Amino acid sequence: MTNTEAKTTLSVTIDGEVFEARPGELLIEACERAGTYIPRFCYHSRMKPVGMCRMCLVEVDTGRGPALQPACMLPCSDGMTVSTETPGTRKVQAGILEYLLINHPLDCPVCDKGGECPLQDQTVAYGPGESRFVEEKRHYEKPIPINDNVFLDRERCILCDRCTRFADTVAGDKLIHFMDRGNNTQVNTFPDEPFASYFSGNTVQICPVGALTARPYRFKARPWDLDETVSTAWTDSAGARVAVQSSRDKVIRLLGIDSDPVNWGWLSDKERFAFEALNSDDRLTAPLTRVGDHLVPTGWSTALERAVSLLSDADPDRVAVIGGARLTNESQYAWAKLAKGVIGTDNVDSQLADGLDPELVLGLPRATIDEACTPGGTIILCGPDPKEEIGSLYLRLRHAVVHDDARLIELTPTATGLSPVAAHSLHPRPGEVADLARALVEAANGGPAVSAAGVSAEEISSAAVAIDGSVTIIIGRASLAESADCVTDAALQLAALPGSRFLSALRRGNIHGALDSGLAPGLLPGRTTIEAGAARFADAWPSTPASRGLDTAGILAAAADGRIDVLVLLGSDPINDFAGRPLAAAALETVPNVIALDMLVNDSIAMAADVVLAASGATESAGTFTNLEGRISVCRQRVTPPGTARADWMIASEIARRLGFDLGFDSVESIRAEIAAVSVVHSGLDEKALAEALVDGLLIGGSGDIMVPGVVGVSPSAHDAYSLRLVASRSMYDDGVALRNSPSSRGLARSVTLRLNPTDFDKIGVDRGTVVRTESAVGRLLVPVEPDPGVPVGSAVLPWAAPGSPANTLIDPFSTVTDVRVERA
Amino acid sequence: MPTHAYVPHAPGYVDNDGPKIITKRFPLEDSYTLERSEATGGYAGLRAALDRTPAEVHTEVRDATLLGRGGAGFPAGIKWGFLPPGKFPYYLVVNGDESEPGTYKDRLLMERDPHQVIEGCLITCYALGLAQCFLYVRGEMALAQERIARALNDAYAAGYVGRNILGTDFSVDITLSWGAGAYIVGEETALIESLEGNRGMPRLKPPFFPAAIGLYGQPTIVNNIETMSNLPWLMTNGAEQYKTYGSETSPGTRLFAVSGHVRRPGVYEVEQGVTTFRELFYGDNFCQGIREGHELKMFIPGGGSAPWFFPEQLDFPLEARPVGAGGSMLGSGAIVVMDETTDAVKAALRLVRFYARESCGKCTPCREGTTWEERILQRIVDGEGRPSDIDLLLDVADNISPGPYPVAAHPDAGLDAIPFPPRQTTICPLGPSSVAPITSTIRRFRHEYEAKITRRNSIAVSAGSVEVAS
Repeated sequence: MTNTEAKTTLSVTIDGEVFEARPGELLIEACERAGTYIPRFCYHSRMKPVGMCRMCLVEVDTGRGPALQPACMLPCSDGMTVSTETPGTRKVQAGILEYLLINHPLDCPVCDKGGECPLQDQTVAYGPGESRFVEEKRHYEKPIPINDNVFLDRERCILCDRCTRFADTVAGDKLIHFMDRGNNTQVNTFPDEPFASYFSGNTVQICPVGALTARPYRFKARPWDLDETVSTAWTDSAGARVAVQSSRDKVIRLLGIDSDPVNWGWLSDKERFAFEALNSDDRLTAPLTRVGDHLVPTGWSTALERAVSLLSDADPDRVAVIGGARLTNESQYAWAKLAKGVIGTDNVDSQLADGLDPELVLGLPRATIDEACTPGGTIILCGPDPKEEIGSLYLRLRHAVVHDDARLIELTPTATGLSPVAAHSLHPRPGEVADLARALVEAANGGPAVSAAGVSAEEISSAAVAIDGSVTIIIGRASLAESADCVTDAALQLAALPGSRFLSALRRGNIHGALDSGLAPGLLPGRTTIEAGAARFADAWPSTPASRGLDTAGILAAAADGRIDVLVLLGSDPINDFAGRPLAAAALETVPNVIALDMLVNDSIAMAADVVLAASGATESAGTFTNLEGRISVCRQRVTPPGTARADWMIASEIARRLGFDLGFDSVESIRAEIAAVSVVHSGLDEKALAEALVDGLLIGGSGDIMVPGVVGVSPSAHDAYSLRLVASRSMYDDGVALRNSPSSRGLARSVTLRLNPTDFDKIGVDRGTVVRTESAVGRLLVPVEPDPGVPVGSAVLPWAAPGSPANTLIDPFSTVTDVRVERA
Repeated sequence: MPTHAYVPHAPGYVDNDGPKIITKRFPLEDSYTLERSEATGGYAGLRAALDRTPAEVHTEVRDATLLGRGGAGFPAGIKWGFLPPGKFPYYLVVNGDESEPGTYKDRLLMERDPHQVIEGCLITCYALGLAQCFLYVRGEMALAQERIARALNDAYAAGYVGRNILGTDFSVDITLSWGAGAYIVGEETALIESLEGNRGMPRLKPPFFPAAIGLYGQPTIVNNIETMSNLPWLMTNGAEQYKTYGSETSPGTRLFAVSGHVRRPGVYEVEQGVTTFRELFYGDNFCQGIREGHELKMFIPGGGSAPWFFPEQLDFPLEARPVGAGGSMLGSGAIVVMDETTDAVKAALRLVRFYARESCGKCTPCREGTTWEERILQRIVDGEGRPSDIDLLLDVADNISPGPYPVAAHPDAGLDAIPFPPRQTTICPLGPSSVAPITSTIRRFRHEYEAKITRRNSIAVSAGSVEVAS
């Protein structure tokens, strides 16, 4: 062995067997890799060790005789000898368990954790058998709610510091703490400061006892009754891996799976508890048809016949499809084939003017989450607040910045959830982010720093200096009140940074799968265009569209104008989700025929649908999901759909068959086989590869035939001194139909306020809480105002889709920015 | 009466007429003012240090073998040498969170001579190239806080602290920080956590000692108030002169805070190594013997955390090494003397209760074990003990501090001393400290435990028939 080889591994003797550990590897990890499990409570592989529970004490000899050392804190060193089963070690481990149990209630039969409890399991394996403690145990009121969904039973708590460490070091929401001392030490919140974290459910998952429980699962099942399936979370585009657990054919719990390239085992509460909407009593169990003002249940053949007759009567150019981000890749492909290949329309868009130019997302060089989080690298955020929109991505980015020395530069209209850890937070005026990006790139490339978009030259210059190492630019829509073109232009400016790569932060569940499946005007499945890719589809599809169709804004404008005859809502709700409510409402009022596929009746369906086809949900059908990196992971069926609801691809096949064409699909595998055959980028997608990548997923790379679009050259109109420029940004919880149907999330949407910089308060003569009339060119809202120093002077921030005050009322989808007059009501 | 006596305006301090290195201003009524300090040689040590290079100052301290006075007795000059070169900034943290049961010497140093403390900090900063010092004072010490704060303001105003000290390029800021009332914050890593604004809980060391990764992740020297107080005299008079006091391995003087059943309890400045416990307890200059009509039963030689000593150990010198070999520690110099009227079990309970209350809650054995010990002891004292309780107590203690626990020799029983320190299953020594009173008393006074337990059992069998031993 040469010297260089000697440095790459360390010889550690574990219970007599020599094992090659990695430099810097903790002893507990090395032992685990060597097949020797060391009991533990506080140690968690995704958090810094604290050495608190002392359960992992083992005898370690580093040349000075054996001594008890915590294996979770001790890095391996060459020549170390470890004994995990000596009488001394065993006595201490039994002693620690006896200590932990003196105050722990033995209520395992009624405890949700019983059966999957590390304390229970390790007591059986390492414990003393019986306790010598004869005094009375410590008592606390039990359980106490620490937020709307999580309950804390302090009697069961063994003070391992997992939840508190998670809240502090992972989520950045330091709202639960140790209080008091000695034997009275307890975890608690401060008065009037609940554990209001979007990530609180993770503390329940990592609690090694039954101290933390979450409302949706409390007293619902016993662990041994659960059936479990590996799947992918569907509420945002991170593609977090989850274990879906059900009991009696009903999903009752989701747990995060530790996928190294994606979510590290963490989930946002929205991802974790979103399954409740699938169990909603309002789920569609059968198709509906409109009779007068009412939607009434009907049979599938009646509903399909009505849908098919509407479609077959219509001129293909007068048919449009909006939505599809909810669907699996396979269903998306089936619908793309139905719409573009069978019906023959290219008026297909899975985004609702709330996304980006698909060719920008697909054409730019892409980064993975791991690449974005490269230690010591630079992350430029030119998109939404990840904490509000893509929770799992937020946690990874925060870790990179806080623990791995990555530098975050924000080019966002307001402060975000990452601003407290960002190296530089630059807030351009709405609509001018491209100017800021140009100035930043020029300064970074050695040019002089000039002020831009309301950001000073000094700020730009110091941010430019921080750009170093690998550069990843996160692009998305920070504000739905400014046009997507602003982001296009900014991204194209930032692309000039050497070696830069892009990570899309489009939020909707499987939106990246939808773009890859061609659910966008001008695109065909497999990252190709109707021009470049037509030949490839000549055999599999009856035809491909000849010319580029309309995007959602175009579709709705055409519909409002009477130029669309049939509108298909593929799991979409334009009234609430389209960036331009007045136009969406006009379109739905005018369009003669609307076919919808959905799980719940949303506002658009209630208003306009003629036929509603009941679709199955994420845990009720099989398929795959493509996350924001282009990573494909499986979604597996865990339960049966309610009533007669069916998978979206089956509905597409049925409609095609009735239109006289066989899509040729009899299973999701058959759809995948066709995708792999026709798509250049999906050629590696086969069943074996998917099965092997069960946890980490399969990364689909390359831009296919997509070319990066040119600069749009947006120039927002001049800002008049009497107006404020609107920023409409999403929050984790809003008034979306799925959240409305989740009991645990329903109450979490914040009441709406218009947030202004405090210095603008005097200008318009308002105080905190004053109700103001906020009026744009297309609509108006009455909302109370709230001061927020994170909002730049001259901007006004409104949450998207807030209950009762939809921000899209104010937005014209065809204007670059949205100016609002704000006056006392 | 000899001249040495209690000093009325320095309650707790006894002027014992011996050599004075750090208590020289204590007899002066206004010793804490800048005027008095300057008039009696205050800041001369700083000037002497500034006349030399930092390396020379460091060498002087190393040559003097100035032992840390916080408890561990590690030489300050060697500790200073552990700072990794080039990893600036370094910080100095001065530990004034004196909370060990029986200790009250740092409080007097801060109350009576705060300028001496500040001067010591400045000398340390100069020697190590530091620009920022944090002075952490225990939360309950109101007068010490007041005096230190006033002294620091005066020192800033006089140009001793701040920018360009005494016209040189040397600049230092000293930041005061008050504790919030936790004993554990006297442990250096817990103190650092507290300074950072976190809950005071110790960090595991190794792998990283504060000198490598300390306050805000930077190399940090943590020294005790008394250690700092020695530096002005040392700079003025030199290491050679310093070493003329005390023994060769433990030069200089130390403050010992004697409390309990002696005629004259108080803080004494004593030459280390050459004075014995017997001289300290019985000497006319010192405590003047056990209180009238009583005799020594036991004493704690180094604060509540130290295993106990008995009359056989009276001739040990006041020096860390022999006391450690003898089964205890000199610790923070707090000596608690108990005569034959003391109930050993109750005394042990009182100390164990302190550790149970003060456990920070981090390590399971300490958090759960100390309370369990307390509850067993309480049961025994209440007459609710069981015969198995003595062994249970020892085994509960053994899971906090496995293996033979340090204990003094018991020649009559033919038992040898077990040397310090104990082994521990915890991060810091707080948990193992709770074991000291238990093992010390059970080894020596097991019959007292048995009597308490038997009486209860006997009452159950035939009430009132048992004579209680001791």
